[in-house]
Amino acid sequence: MMTGTVATRRPLPLQALLVGFLILWIFVAAFPFFWTLWGSFRVEGDFFSKADWTNALTGPMTRAETGGAMTGQGYYGAWITHEFWRAGLNTLIVVVSVVTISLTFGTLGGYALARSGHRYVFWILMIALVFRAMPHVTLVSGYLLPFYQWNLWGHLPTAIIVLVAINQPFTLWMLTSFFQNIPKDLDESAMVDGCSRFQAFRLVIIPVMWPGVITTGLFSFLLAYNDFAVTAMLLDQQNQTMIPKIASFLGTTQTKGNVMFAVSAVVSATAPLFLLVLFFQRQIVSGLTAGAVKG
Amino acid sequence: MKHKTFLWFILPSALAMILFIALPIMSVLMQSVFAPHEQVVKEVENCDVFGCKRSVTVDVAATEAQSAAAPLGRFVGTDIYTDRNHLALSEIGAIWSSATGTRDLINQILNLPFYGALAFTLTYTAIVTPLALLLGFGIALSVNAIPRLLRGPAIFFSLLPMIVTPLVGALILFWMVDARGILGAALQSLAGDPELSVKASTPLMWAMLIVYGVWSSCPFAFVVYYAGLQTVPQDTLESAMIDGATRGQRLRFVILPHLLPLTTFLLLISIMDNFRVFEPIVSFNGGAHAQSLSYFIYADLNATNKLLSSAAATSVLTILGVIILLSPVIVRTWRSFGRAT
Repeated sequence: MMTGTVATRRPLPLQALLVGFLILWIFVAAFPFFWTLWGSFRVEGDFFSKADWTNALTGPMTRAETGGAMTGQGYYGAWITHEFWRAGLNTLIVVVSVVTISLTFGTLGGYALARSGHRYVFWILMIALVFRAMPHVTLVSGYLLPFYQWNLWGHLPTAIIVLVAINQPFTLWMLTSFFQNIPKDLDESAMVDGCSRFQAFRLVIIPVMWPGVITTGLFSFLLAYNDFAVTAMLLDQQNQTMIPKIASFLGTTQTKGNVMFAVSAVVSATAPLFLLVLFFQRQIVSGLTAGAVKG
Repeated sequence: MKHKTFLWFILPSALAMILFIALPIMSVLMQSVFAPHEQVVKEVENCDVFGCKRSVTVDVAATEAQSAAAPLGRFVGTDIYTDRNHLALSEIGAIWSSATGTRDLINQILNLPFYGALAFTLTYTAIVTPLALLLGFGIALSVNAIPRLLRGPAIFFSLLPMIVTPLVGALILFWMVDARGILGAALQSLAGDPELSVKASTPLMWAMLIVYGVWSSCPFAFVVYYAGLQTVPQDTLESAMIDGATRGQRLRFVILPHLLPLTTFLLLISIMDNFRVFEPIVSFNGGAHAQSLSYFIYADLNATNKLLSSAAATSVLTILGVIILLSPVIVRTWRSFGRAT
């Protein structure tokens, strides 16, 4: 490839500047995570040290309070005492349901939008774009009153279906552009052979659509997992997911040591995302660029 | 595809969007023109051995009857929109006539809650969007300059600030700039002020929120620009070199024009995302110093007596803002779509 030869021709000062900048950026991007991971095994007096910031590294208070250099107190307090495991379980239920349902709805809709040449397709996509731009909190303020009145407020299924709906505009855009890249001849020849539209979709399109579906699914996962506005406002205490639970730890940080529960919970909630990027980096990158490259 | 088949395929998705996006927008509109009923009170006379006392109590039956007759509440028209917490028309009028100068005028207007939130949201969007795009472009150029083997890990670490939950990412930064955290301590020694605290200062809070915004949204620009750099037309680049174009000229006349459509796309997505900035303010606990429109709504909804009408009016104004921001894009897409068909 040409980029290789261009790179070798880059003058040394420029190359040094670029590499230096990159090292600086990677430090800025990654250091906060490692710092917090490290600090989560300390006591509050060390991680939030009034005396000297190096205490977070050496941990004199941790040694004094617990006898060891590292402590799992924060994790124990968050997961067991404050029942973070329950929030984790709720998150699992919400995320799995949201991803499954939005992909089912989205593949059907996206396929129809990609194959129909009618003018209303444009309008549906434009409305979806406007919906995608709605701040989620504005929608939440529309849900509260009806949900209170119909007794829907506080339950996991409510939050799930709301997240599915909020997810639809993006899913439709992604999958429409993905299905447009699958040749029309494929399903049309199946229909010439006597398949109905749905049979053609089921027998011909479904077997070849998985790469696009997995990429879209990753982003549905991120939306459901990262959501705060909907889950914080629509779920009651019992059904809270991880992110609102972390926010609720913050309200109680006045008590000494409680802030370490939040730190441990934050590290616990970040870990699955780390793994996600580790295993699906290629799909995430291709998903992020798909919309851009195709217009 | 036949209309009927199309309808069946799109139905689940369309139904979800109509029920949980379109109808809530309607519901917000309705709520914003109705205020909750006031409780009906009645005077009752309690007589006992010491004489009679008149006291005022809530007439439960009448209050319920009132709610049943008009479940939406009292119709108040645009009153909520024009009250002090939203467009504050009469306050603006008063400020206009009493202000001593432009500076004073602007300061007083920004003290009104809605205008303050609007000002922060627009400032945040206007600063974070270009900075994130520029930084992302710089990272893309740098990653493009290193050996192929190292690019994977570089992309991995660069993606983290964007992938991580906004609330969590902002918390991680917030704990570091806490007066007792590592960055907070560094800031204090740099400024030579041991009392310096981001939590207590409005300009520092705005700056930190913007730093978080750039940190968390530049990876997206980076990934898109990096993908764009892989598809720069190599023959054009080569002919430019043969014609004696310098490195800067090649960047300006070949690479940048190639990346222009990507920049439009990035601008659209980034403006949409930055306009709804919300979680970092929750994480930074910064509601006292910086409110965005989303946070303003959230604060109303979280208030003990749930200010639904107030939140609804702000929501409608926010939605109008989104539509105004998006209108150039919609008009442009409409034109190109019209040409295509």
